[in-house]
Amino acid sequence: MNITVTLLAQVVAFIILIWFVNKVLWKPLSSMLEKRSATIADGLAAAEKGKKEQELAEKKATQVISEAKQQAAEILSQSQKRGTEIVEEAKMQARKEADRIVAAANAEIEQEINRAKEHLRQEVANVALAGAGKILKKEIDAKAHAALVKDLAAQI
Amino acid sequence: MAGSENSSGGGTVQYIQHHLTNLCIGDCDPVTHQAAGFWALHLDTVIVSSLLALLIIVVSWSLGRKLQTGAPSGFQNFVEIIIEFVDKSVKDTFPGHNPLIAPLALTIFVWVWLMNFMDLIPVDLLPLLASYVGVQYLKVVPTTDLNTTLAMSLTVFGLIVFYSIKMKGLGGYIKMFLFHPFGKFFIPVNVVMTAIEELAKPLSLALRLFGNMFAGELVFLLIALLGGAATIGAGLLYILPLQVILDLAWLIFHILVISLQAFIFMVLTIVYLGMAHTTDH
Repeated sequence: MNITVTLLAQVVAFIILIWFVNKVLWKPLSSMLEKRSATIADGLAAAEKGKKEQELAEKKATQVISEAKQQAAEILSQSQKRGTEIVEEAKMQARKEADRIVAAANAEIEQEINRAKEHLRQEVANVALAGAGKILKKEIDAKAHAALVKDLAAQI
Repeated sequence: MAGSENSSGGGTVQYIQHHLTNLCIGDCDPVTHQAAGFWALHLDTVIVSSLLALLIIVVSWSLGRKLQTGAPSGFQNFVEIIIEFVDKSVKDTFPGHNPLIAPLALTIFVWVWLMNFMDLIPVDLLPLLASYVGVQYLKVVPTTDLNTTLAMSLTVFGLIVFYSIKMKGLGGYIKMFLFHPFGKFFIPVNVVMTAIEELAKPLSLALRLFGNMFAGELVFLLIALLGGAATIGAGLLYILPLQVILDLAWLIFHILVISLQAFIFMVLTIVYLGMAHTTDH
């Protein structure tokens, strides 16, 4: 139970042990723990940031989609308008064409009628000449009276 | 053996005495093997505590070389729990910051715990093994040697004085002795009171640990004697189971005691050093 030199030996051992524990156990482990907690904090911050970014991206995506939808609707309505326009134009053109064709046909018919009238007039003049010759019992020279015949035909 | 000359009543005393005698070299009494003067070295105390210190160093060194920064596993987990426990104790009770306090507290906790743990090894085992190799006296638990506990508490006391003077200045430290409990009109009383207060710190630290461990060791010895007293005869049949049960009960209780004593030593060290760091009074 006596206090002996053992006390000094134990003091020395204790101090050396404190020094060693500080050097080989406390410092590396506490710095490692610090590093780990920093890593964890970084990870959490990154996760938070990522979440925020994702939210932002989602918001942007919905915005882009709605814009695209709007644009598509616009394009659709425009094209519909354009389509009806084209149809309308085509109709108008067709009607014009039809009118033109009808007019041309009418003109031709008119011409034909005129030609037929002329022909008929000629025939009538001929018939009249023949009748008149018979009446005068003498052959009338068609050539000599061509002017007369023509005049007659025009009068009919 | 030393205990063979008086057999009946003296046997028990001899047995206990033998177990509580250190392996003394140097200035020792040749008959009782007790230390006779200051220059006696308790070799068993020094060797066992140094071996345990070496164990701490080797284990922590081998652990420190392959630290995992990511998810820890196995033994590292265990060490991290201890370190965080000590760190939390320091942060809870120590004001300000001093990089020495936490490693000091950790050293005290682990070393004291390990030295106390030697108490849980069957009392006769290591002395018996030692007697085979010619070592007649072996007191296994270093903390049942007042030298060990006093060595630690005096180191702590030295740190208390050092940091008191460092934080308060030499004048402040002297002023603390002069004016502390009762003001400036009771200077002689104050000096005595503060000196007692300061000296009580290392003494109570050392004696608390020593007393607890010594008493625990003594109880183990008494329980061991129970079987030894009934070596011959039919009494062995029921005494031996009783001894086993008692030993187991005291063992389990003692696990609590050794951890608690290590913890108390650590916490009080932190508290005392924290008091040394505060600049008031």
